[in-house]
Amino acid sequence: MQTLSFRHKAKRRLSGKKDQAIIGVVASGNLEVLLERVLPETACEVDIATPLNGYDETWKAVVAEFVERTSPGGLRISINDGGARPDTVYLRLMQGSALMEAE
Amino acid sequence: MADWQSEQRVREERLAAGRKFADGKIVAPDNATALLEAVIRPKDRICLEGDNQKQADFLAACLAKADPKVLHDLHVVQSGIVLPEHIDLFEKGIAKKLDYSFSGPQSHAVPRALKSGKIELGAIHTYIELFARYFVDLTPHVALSVARSADRQGNLYMGPNTEDSPSVIEATAFKGGIVIAQVNEIVDKLPRVDIPGDRVDFLVAAPKPFYVEPLFTRDPASITETQILAAMMAIKGIYAEYGIKRLNHGIGFNTAAIELLLPTYAEKLGLKGKIATHWALNPHPTLIPAIESGWVKQIHSFGSEVGMDAYMRARSDIYFTGRDGSMASSRTYCQLAGLYAADLFIGSTLQIDLDGNSSTVTADRIAGFGGAPNMGSDAHGRRHPSEPWLKAGREAVDGHPQVMRGRKLVVQLVETFSEKMVPVFVEKLDSLELAEKFKLDLAPVMIYGDDVTHIVSEEGIANLLLCRTTEEREQAIRGIAGFTDVGRRRDRKMVDKLRKRKIIRRPEDLGINPLDAHRSMLAARSIEDLMQWSGNLYDPPNKFRNW
Amino acid sequence: MMEDAATSAQASWFQATARQRVAGLLDPDSFTEFLGPSERIQSPHLHLFDVPSAFDDGVVIGRGKLGGKDVLVAAQEGQFMGGTFAEVSGAKLVGLVRAARDHKSLPQTVLLLMDSGGVRLQEANAGELAVAELMRAIVEARCAGVAVIALVGGKAGAFGGAGLTTATCSRIVISGQGRTGVSGPEVIETNKGVEEFDSEDKALVWSTDGGKNRRLLGGADAFAEDSMEGFRAATKALMSKVPAFDLKTMQAEQERLAARQKRLCACDDAVSMWRILGIQEPETIRDMDAKKFIALANSIKEANHDAR
Repeated sequence: MQTLSFRHKAKRRLSGKKDQAIIGVVASGNLEVLLERVLPETACEVDIATPLNGYDETWKAVVAEFVERTSPGGLRISINDGGARPDTVYLRLMQGSALMEAE
Repeated sequence: MADWQSEQRVREERLAAGRKFADGKIVAPDNATALLEAVIRPKDRICLEGDNQKQADFLAACLAKADPKVLHDLHVVQSGIVLPEHIDLFEKGIAKKLDYSFSGPQSHAVPRALKSGKIELGAIHTYIELFARYFVDLTPHVALSVARSADRQGNLYMGPNTEDSPSVIEATAFKGGIVIAQVNEIVDKLPRVDIPGDRVDFLVAAPKPFYVEPLFTRDPASITETQILAAMMAIKGIYAEYGIKRLNHGIGFNTAAIELLLPTYAEKLGLKGKIATHWALNPHPTLIPAIESGWVKQIHSFGSEVGMDAYMRARSDIYFTGRDGSMASSRTYCQLAGLYAADLFIGSTLQIDLDGNSSTVTADRIAGFGGAPNMGSDAHGRRHPSEPWLKAGREAVDGHPQVMRGRKLVVQLVETFSEKMVPVFVEKLDSLELAEKFKLDLAPVMIYGDDVTHIVSEEGIANLLLCRTTEEREQAIRGIAGFTDVGRRRDRKMVDKLRKRKIIRRPEDLGINPLDAHRSMLAARSIEDLMQWSGNLYDPPNKFRNW
Repeated sequence: MMEDAATSAQASWFQATARQRVAGLLDPDSFTEFLGPSERIQSPHLHLFDVPSAFDDGVVIGRGKLGGKDVLVAAQEGQFMGGTFAEVSGAKLVGLVRAARDHKSLPQTVLLLMDSGGVRLQEANAGELAVAELMRAIVEARCAGVAVIALVGGKAGAFGGAGLTTATCSRIVISGQGRTGVSGPEVIETNKGVEEFDSEDKALVWSTDGGKNRRLLGGADAFAEDSMEGFRAATKALMSKVPAFDLKTMQAEQERLAARQKRLCACDDAVSMWRILGIQEPETIRDMDAKKFIALANSIKEANHDAR
């Protein structure tokens, strides 16, 4: 198992009232994403546990694109990866932040 | 004296040798191998059908049992290398040379046999190229065909699985060849005649009904959100935009998603009657909801599909149907339809390079071409205009040239990664490496980039018609290649410019929210749903029944 | 939005995740989770095998309401490690049922959304223990008047320890896609040969272990359409009709099983069993729609009785 950690400074806090959300399932080609609104306004932390080694650059790119797109300030995001493709990871992150934005 | 009728003489000799085992035209199954050894000569060209779906499996097994001392160095000229017995013929030295089209089920065995020298490859063709050569330089000496039933005169009934047979048998029968058919049963009266008995020399009633591959059934439960998103973009950004009424879908989960979104997503967009009305298409079960919802005017098919017989019989307004009420297919005519009568082809692939060339070949897998290269090509011989064809043609040039031509839309519908994290978008096709390894004259390319008009991935649509330079083309492709290495190496500034020129369109540009792509949008979410849509007329094969 | 679509009344139970089933089954906004994912009570063992863990170890537990009535709920995630019983996932189930057993202040109805092939191989001993503990806890809870209802309709079915657990429950709801048994089809084929049981023959597998056969034989008490609404309706109907758990019931069950065996033991397949049960056209059962099938099953004597 490999663990990766990315810290970003988002442009602003993610809107919405939800404290916590979880999306996805740990299965082959899938992943689960836990989002918790526990960090200061513009801080964003993404922690990943994955069974596939050597995809650091891809994870970095996906997370960076997600942060750029969504500005998830205040979120600590934890991922248990089942070997998902990058587009699936990106989709789950977007789905997760949409859940957190719910009023 | 020159002998100008030697073929007829040799034919009579073969027939005489075969008649020793026959009662009229009928040969007992136990004598089938002996018949083949009597009628076939070493170095003959044989077509052992070997279609995309139906298989003359009993005759294949009988031929594989032949004595290699009697039958050897045969030249196989058939569409499909499908059954293990097809490979056995080469392993045993019964067959040596091979010209064919499709080898999906034996895609690993074929390169192995090439490597070991057991197969001497003529060429891999497309279906209609091979059929065309049946009439020029690859005419079979012996055709081993397969039908549902025959009468004692040799008339054959094939039902929905007519497929390649008429072309194979016409070429063989009219050039002095011998035609042998395996049938499920011999009857007094056939439901209809697909092949006249005149063209058939011997019949064998096989002990078991012939095998048919269920190739065109896709379980809606396996369709992913990514595939649904790309399908939504194809419908809104291409079908609606160009007004595509006449079309051909390749098989795959992505195209199945489009079929299942017609009664739901496309209906909401008000597109019924405006798109997807006339089809060149195998009987995909996933089109059932659209048919039932009134989207489809008619369908012509290359072949059949397991489980669809009763449904097609009940929907004869839609499918091509014989006097007996059952469907009739034709690979040759449907390929022609896809080439000249369709305004759009859409299909999927395993690899695309920066020119838009695509391939399904990998280092140790050769699946052949089948029909895709023809379906996915711009037919330069087309002359009759249609709105989509003219619109695409205008997009491909600047200004208003006096001598104009249209373009058929050829769309590659892909996900940026296929299973197991393998990128679809690559700098260089694996096919090039394979060509070197096996010393092929041509690197096998399924669809050439200059025929491709659009590529759709979950990241967006790239319109290659609007590109004017190779650099624009490359960046348009990188711009929808997602998080693959190819995609991450994009020139961001240039991709932005291409987006402004609508060469690249993202979901948002089409008014689509990626998070709306959800399985609940599919008109049917399971095989059971499809069955229920059909009023239980569709009878799913056992392997799909999880209820 | 898309989560709503996955939990709507007509959404497929079979294709849903454990969380989606809980949300789709219970009354809206009534669910409170115990030991939720943010508490990160994960498997202590899986990382040793280079296998990813889940924040909830593949079991969701909590309380909520169904049709206004308070219930405790547990849902196995069949897509995670086959929904298997392991140290944490097993403990959550055992703890929930014991809590109902011991505390009258907690809801006295427990809904077990089963979706499991049995014990997790990487944590085999803990898994086996958990199955044993759970079966005992269910029996003790039933003695104390708790209704324990199994809902079976996921991809893993309820096999192995999950099949045994299901059979220990007060009542069973099953859908057509659902399956329950002990030895799974592949295990039977491996041990007894493909002529005995062809695990690739899906029609055969489902006609034997699937929901329709189980319902008709009396091995399940209600049949649900494969939807959230289907399981809601079937579960609500059963919740109010749970029989007493006593010696008399157990003896009646033994008699019923002996009689069933005598009546049907000469049969080679499900269709012949259904014929003997008095079903007119047993070949039509397989593709019969849920509504029609539910009505038919309700009229068959074998399928409906208190002892099961």
